[in-house]
Amino acid sequence: MSSIAVPTAREPNFLATVLAVVRRHVLTVYSFLFFAYLLLPIAVVMIFSFNNPTGKFNYTWQGFTWDNWRYWDGVPGIRSAIFLSLEIAVVASVIATALGTMIALALVRYGFRGRATTNILIFLPLSTPEIVLGASLLTLFLNLSFVTFGFWTILIAHIMFCISFAVVTVKARLVGFDRHLEEAAMDLGANEWTTFRKVTLPLTAPAILAALLLCFAISIDDFVVTYFNSGSEVTFPLFVWGAARIGAPAQVNVIGTAIFVVALAAMLVNVVFQRRREVRA
Amino acid sequence: MSFFHRHRGLTPYLLLGPGIAWLAVFFVVPLGFLAYQSLQSGNFDIGYAFTWSWGNYWHAIRDYHAQFVRSLEYAGLATVLALVISYPVAYWIAFRGGRWKNLLLLFIVAPFFVTYLIRTLAWETILSDNGFVVNTLQSLHVLGSSGRLLATSTAVVTGITYNFLPFMALPLYVSLEQIDGSLIEAAEDLYASKLHAFLRVTLPLSLPGVVAGTLLTFIPAAGDFINAQLLGSPENHMIGNVIQSKFLELTDYPAAASMSFILMAGILVAVAIYARIVGTEQLTGTAT
Repeated sequence: MSSIAVPTAREPNFLATVLAVVRRHVLTVYSFLFFAYLLLPIAVVMIFSFNNPTGKFNYTWQGFTWDNWRYWDGVPGIRSAIFLSLEIAVVASVIATALGTMIALALVRYGFRGRATTNILIFLPLSTPEIVLGASLLTLFLNLSFVTFGFWTILIAHIMFCISFAVVTVKARLVGFDRHLEEAAMDLGANEWTTFRKVTLPLTAPAILAALLLCFAISIDDFVVTYFNSGSEVTFPLFVWGAARIGAPAQVNVIGTAIFVVALAAMLVNVVFQRRREVRA
Repeated sequence: MSFFHRHRGLTPYLLLGPGIAWLAVFFVVPLGFLAYQSLQSGNFDIGYAFTWSWGNYWHAIRDYHAQFVRSLEYAGLATVLALVISYPVAYWIAFRGGRWKNLLLLFIVAPFFVTYLIRTLAWETILSDNGFVVNTLQSLHVLGSSGRLLATSTAVVTGITYNFLPFMALPLYVSLEQIDGSLIEAAEDLYASKLHAFLRVTLPLSLPGVVAGTLLTFIPAAGDFINAQLLGSPENHMIGNVIQSKFLELTDYPAAASMSFILMAGILVAVAIYARIVGTEQLTGTAT
């Protein structure tokens, strides 16, 4: 009985196994191709940072050189553009994260009138095309005759589009926060401010740090909104835009590679920490 | 007694105040100014006056409907491509990623660590006339010997697809990751076909991710002008290119402002049609 039943029962199973193996491999091979495609432009950026272009255009490989890295600021304007971008990214991410954290705290911890409106107001900038954000802010500044375009208008714009990202990031992690810890602190005689400083803040610190990094990354990468509101100031993306019209120098690839490596390192550290925390938990 | 204790009801408003004020003054009010500007007439030299000039909208559609339609076309095409390309990978990471999930996700967002403009310029290099891709396609006779990719709609859509891909892949991954594997197993036992199990269980359960990814990709893509500028020719220009040049080069503010609103309206209509197709519960994430 069993000697007859086994082969018939086995056949679909065997077929399914073959199918599963094939499918698993197809999917794996496809995924590797996908990652190759995803990383190809990044590899191009890195490789061409070592190119030794003969003419103005850094499009075809001409030969290896360290010079672009050694003279990373060897192109007029690139140094000041990088420092302006860094300056704005630091200030904008700190302010936007502070404002965003406060909003997130209010949304998660308190019931109040106007909650729904607040949620919509946070959501709207995220779902508006950047060009409309930039254009509308430009229109505001144009209509206010006392405004001169430059550092301050760029900073205002960056804080504006970073706030929503900060709120979303901090809110996501605050939702799983154990409020009993705060109640315990209050029961033990701490007032609200002390509780906030000694309990709430340390526990939300990872979320705040994540928001800070995200805002920094978004700010330093922003082109569209900055382009509309920069006047004659030049941030790094604006420098790249200007350079692209006449052929971007290899130094652009050097800075692009450097930003990539720093960001990747920060993310790797984050991943390692997360895993360690998961292991401990 | 502290201040906070005596005014507990006030605390949320104090926390909200500065941030909301910032968004009100630098996001909501500017949209009002943009609307106001869009109905003005005049020019940069003689100045602009508010005249309820609805003609700006009519002229924008009459003169630039090609760019509007192209923007929605390119963005739609790029969104579909991004969905088709990244769904299998999101699936692979969610169900077979194991302990490598975080690292693989890091690879997915890696393009974001390279400045947007620089990664678009990298595509300019990859697709350039003497580049590897064009040479290969020419030797395979997919492209004629004088054929090129740069300055074509293919290049623009390629760039847009690539640049917004992580916005599609991440929500897909999140929704696939949340699916209970035993549901799929149960379905496979009942339907007896992996394809059926996928179509009737996995795919519907991942729909919130599809919807989120579609919106996150389509909306910024429709307003993009960088890919069309760097990878396309004037024939591939999108409405973003027109708005940008009207604002910053031609200083025709009313025309540019009205186009910005038409773009937003176009996106809203596209999203509404999409909502009709997939259902509003999916769109707002209230589906159970």
